[in-house]
Amino acid sequence: MDQGIGRPTVAVWKFASCDGCQLSLLSAEDELLSIAEEVHIAYFLEATREVVEGPYDLSLVEGSISTPDDAERIRHVRDISTTLITIGACATAGGIQALRNFGDLDAFRSLVYARPEVVASLADSTAIAEHVPVDLALRGCPIETDQLVEVISAVLAGRKPLTPTHSVCVECKLRGNLCVAVADGTPCLGPVTQAGCGARCPAFARGCYGCFGPTESPNPASLSDWLEEGLGVDHPELLRLYRTFNADAPAFRTESRRHEEVAP
Amino acid sequence: MSHTHDRRISVEALARLEGEGAMHVQVTDGHVERVELSIYEPPRYFEALLRGRTYLEPPDITARICGICPVAYQLSAINAIESLCVEPGSGRDRGLDVPDGIRQLRRLLYCGEWIESHVLHVFMLHAPDFLGYQGSIEMAADHRELVETALRMRRAGNQLLEVIGGRAIHPINVRVGGFHRTPTRGELDAVVDELTWSRDAAIETVRVVAGFTFPEYIQDPTYVALRPDAGSGPAGATDYPLEGGRVVSSAGLDIPVEAWPGHFHEEHLPHSTALHGRMRGGGTYLVGPAARFNLNADRLPDELLELAAEVGCSPPVTNPFRSIVVRAIETVYALDEALRLIAAYERPEVPAVPVVPVAGVGHGATEAPRGILYHRYELDAGGLITDGVIVPPTSQNQPAIEEDLLGFVQSHLHLDDERLQWQCEQAIRNYDPCISCSTHFLDLTVDRR
Repeated sequence: MDQGIGRPTVAVWKFASCDGCQLSLLSAEDELLSIAEEVHIAYFLEATREVVEGPYDLSLVEGSISTPDDAERIRHVRDISTTLITIGACATAGGIQALRNFGDLDAFRSLVYARPEVVASLADSTAIAEHVPVDLALRGCPIETDQLVEVISAVLAGRKPLTPTHSVCVECKLRGNLCVAVADGTPCLGPVTQAGCGARCPAFARGCYGCFGPTESPNPASLSDWLEEGLGVDHPELLRLYRTFNADAPAFRTESRRHEEVAP
Repeated sequence: MSHTHDRRISVEALARLEGEGAMHVQVTDGHVERVELSIYEPPRYFEALLRGRTYLEPPDITARICGICPVAYQLSAINAIESLCVEPGSGRDRGLDVPDGIRQLRRLLYCGEWIESHVLHVFMLHAPDFLGYQGSIEMAADHRELVETALRMRRAGNQLLEVIGGRAIHPINVRVGGFHRTPTRGELDAVVDELTWSRDAAIETVRVVAGFTFPEYIQDPTYVALRPDAGSGPAGATDYPLEGGRVVSSAGLDIPVEAWPGHFHEEHLPHSTALHGRMRGGGTYLVGPAARFNLNADRLPDELLELAAEVGCSPPVTNPFRSIVVRAIETVYALDEALRLIAAYERPEVPAVPVVPVAGVGHGATEAPRGILYHRYELDAGGLITDGVIVPPTSQNQPAIEEDLLGFVQSHLHLDDERLQWQCEQAIRNYDPCISCSTHFLDLTVDRR
C-alpha cells in the first residue's frame, strides 16, 4: 500500500481515446471528494500536476494501443501496478479507432496527413488485454460513473465488483421500456449487448448501438437473421451496425466480417 | 544571471489538459529560440474511418473525438449534413428547414455542454494555477467550498445534458433532423432549481476569478468567431454564438460557413506535431472564449456587460490569462440562456423531421467551448460519405499558442526556471487546449527521445 500515507495509491493512464472515461471520474460529482479521501490519487494528469512515483496499488487505463511507443508504455504500466482495470470501449476492445483494423492503415494515414511517412502508428488499434494481463474490464463508450465508483470501492474492499453480464434486453424489461425492435421495427443490438447503461437508447425510442460491447454468450448471427428477415435490414447496414465503438470485440468482429463476405 | 541566458525548459507531460502534450522552450544567449507545444497523442484517423459510413452516422461517430465536448461534434456534423440533405416533399433541392422548436432544443443542449466544460476548466483545470495548487484535488483541501460549488455547477450542466441528450458524455439522443425523443416540460422543469442555483454561483465565480492575479501580458492576434445573423442558418439574428452563425474576424472578415475552405487551411509542418490552422494569405488566428467575447459582446445582455465592467473585464480582453474570467462570464450566459429556453419551451410536434440524402458537399460550424469547430462532408447519391474534413479549435489555436508562449517567455526571462515553467503551463491552459480533439489530425512527436 501507499508509502507513508497509508491510503492505496491510484493512477489514471491514457492511451488512444477521447478522455471521456477518465472524465467520468471527474464527473462523479457526489463521490469525487470522498474517493480522494479514501485513496491517494498519485498520477492523474488530467486533474493534477503532482506526480507520485509508482508502484501503484490500482491503475485505471483508458484508451487503446495503437503506436509502438504505447505498446511499450502499457508493459511499464502493468509492471508498476498491482491491480490494472481497463475503463471503456477503447481500452477493452480497441475503440472506434479499431475500424482501421478492417482497412488499410497506409490508405488511412495518407488521407489525413500530408507527410504520412513521419506518422508512427501500428497497423491495428488493439485492446489492452492483447498486450498485458488485465484484472478487470469496465465496459462502455463511455463507462458509467456509478460502475466506476463501484469497481473502485470493490477493489479497495477486496471483493468482486457488482457489474452485470446480462444483456441490455434485461435492462429494458427492468426499466419498463417498450421494445423498439418489436414495436417500432427499429434495428437494436440490445439482445447481444452487455448491460450497464440502464438501456438508455431504447428509453429514448432509439435502438441500442452496442456501446457496452458483446454480452457474455451472445448470438449475433441469430439476431442478424431476425433483423434481416423481420425488419429488412440489409447486409451493408448490418455490417455497419456491429462495426462501431466495439467493432473489434471478437463476437462483433466475427459477425461484421460475415456480412462483409455476403455484402455486394 | 546565468538563468537568463542558456536555458531549456521542458515539460514532458503537461497536466490539466484534455489529452497528452508536451512543451519545449529553448533559450540561447538570453533569446527565446524555439517554443514547441508537442502533441504525442496517437492519431485516430477519424476522417478516414468516416468514409463509407452513412450521412446519419457522423453525430455518433465524431462525438467520440472528444469526451469533453461531444455535443459540439454532434451539432457541427449535423449542421454540415443538414446544409445539404432535404426533407422529402419539401420542394427544396438542398438544405433542411428544421423547426424552430428543435433548433431551440439544440441550443439548450449546447448550453449544458458549455456549463459542464467551462466549469471543468475554470475550477478544476485553470484555477489551481492562480491559487498555487498542483490540481483541484489538492486545492479542495484548503478551498473545499469552492470545489464543492464547482462540482455542483458541473452537475447542473450534466443534468441538462442527460435530460435532453440521454447521457452527459456522448449523448445518445441527437440525430440528423432533430432528436429521437424530445423532453417533456416536467423533465425540463426538474433541472430548473439547480440551474438557478448555479446561475447565482456563476455570478459569484466571475467576481472570484476576476480577483485573481494575472501575469502581465498583452497580445494582439486576429480573433475569429461565429456571429449569428438572420440568414446564417440555425441561430437567431441577435444571439450570442453557440450553434451557428457567419464566420467573422477582428480583421473584418465576414463570410458564410460554406466559404471556410477559401479562407482557412491547415498545414502539416515539419517542425510541428500538428496540422496547424492558418488563414489563407495571412497568419495565425485565435478562436475561443476571448474571440467570441471580443467579437460578440454586443450580443450579451446588459446586466452581464455591467458585471464584466464591474470586475474590470470589459471587451476587448487582450491578456490571455484573463480568459478564465471570460469563461466564467460565458458560464453565466449559458445558465441564463438555458433558463430562458426552458421557460419558453414548447414540446415540438415531432422529435425529428425526415431527411433524405443529397449528393454534394455540406459545411457546418458551431462554437465549441474552445472555439469554432468546422465540419465538411461530401456525400454520394446513396448518402454514403466519400470525404470528411474536421477542423477542431485546438488545431486552429496551436500556432497562436506557440507564438504566445514565445512572446511570454521572452518578456518573463527574469523568472526562475520553476516559476517560468509553471507560468508557461498556465499560459497553455489559457486556451483550454483539447489535445484529444486535435489529435486525430496530428502526427507524433518526431524528436521525442
